[in-house]
Amino acid sequence: MTAPAGLAAERTRLAWRRTALGGTAVALLAARLAITNADGAAAVALVAVALAGWLGVLVTAFRRLRGMRPGRPPSGRVVGLAALAVGFAALGAAQVLLGRPG
Amino acid sequence: MRRLIRALDPVRDLTREAARDPAADPGATPPDYRFSLANERTFLAWLRTGLALVAGGLAAAQFLPRLPIARLREAIAIGLLLLGAAVAVRAVVHWARCERAMWRGEPLPPSTFPTVLALSVAGFGLLLTGVVAYQAVR
Repeated sequence: MTAPAGLAAERTRLAWRRTALGGTAVALLAARLAITNADGAAAVALVAVALAGWLGVLVTAFRRLRGMRPGRPPSGRVVGLAALAVGFAALGAAQVLLGRPG
Repeated sequence: MRRLIRALDPVRDLTREAARDPAADPGATPPDYRFSLANERTFLAWLRTGLALVAGGLAAAQFLPRLPIARLREAIAIGLLLLGAAVAVRAVVHWARCERAMWRGEPLPPSTFPTVLALSVAGFGLLLTGVVAYQAVR
């Protein structure tokens, strides 16, 4: 099979780029919350987790952009991206629950 | 993770049956790729909605001032984060159900989730309006 031609694939690529951009904003907010909410080694570890999640979003989106061929549905990329979003929510919830009372 | 991906693969059993005996299973044909891509874009739009709710929760946790009710700021943040996670999970499940329906030539599954989400966001808005009004008259 050949790669899908035309604007449908282009629109889908742009949608992945927009989503990666949204993931970047979420990762930055998570890292900032870690810096304001924790000290020392805990803050460094939480920022590292946020950065790892951001890298995960970028790699998932990049792989999808590169491998857009018709046929099998991209289950791995789709499930991976949603898992990363849930992970960011869990990271934020853990920081709110364990952080300093406001 | 790999098991989760396989469990959520919408056409895992369909393609396996087709590979075993292509003539026996007429119910598994790949749809027009444009429809699959449209389904994927809908998933991405829902996921961005979830990410926006997660971002809202993270922002509430660090940018909201101290509120008159104890721990209300934390409750708002946790509520938005949970809602965002729920939207992300539902986005995958709905994507898989739609993809499977298209492979089998069935009608797309109905969903009440948009209504639930709209009511949740409206509830949040009313709650915050109440807090601001309480703060103003106090």
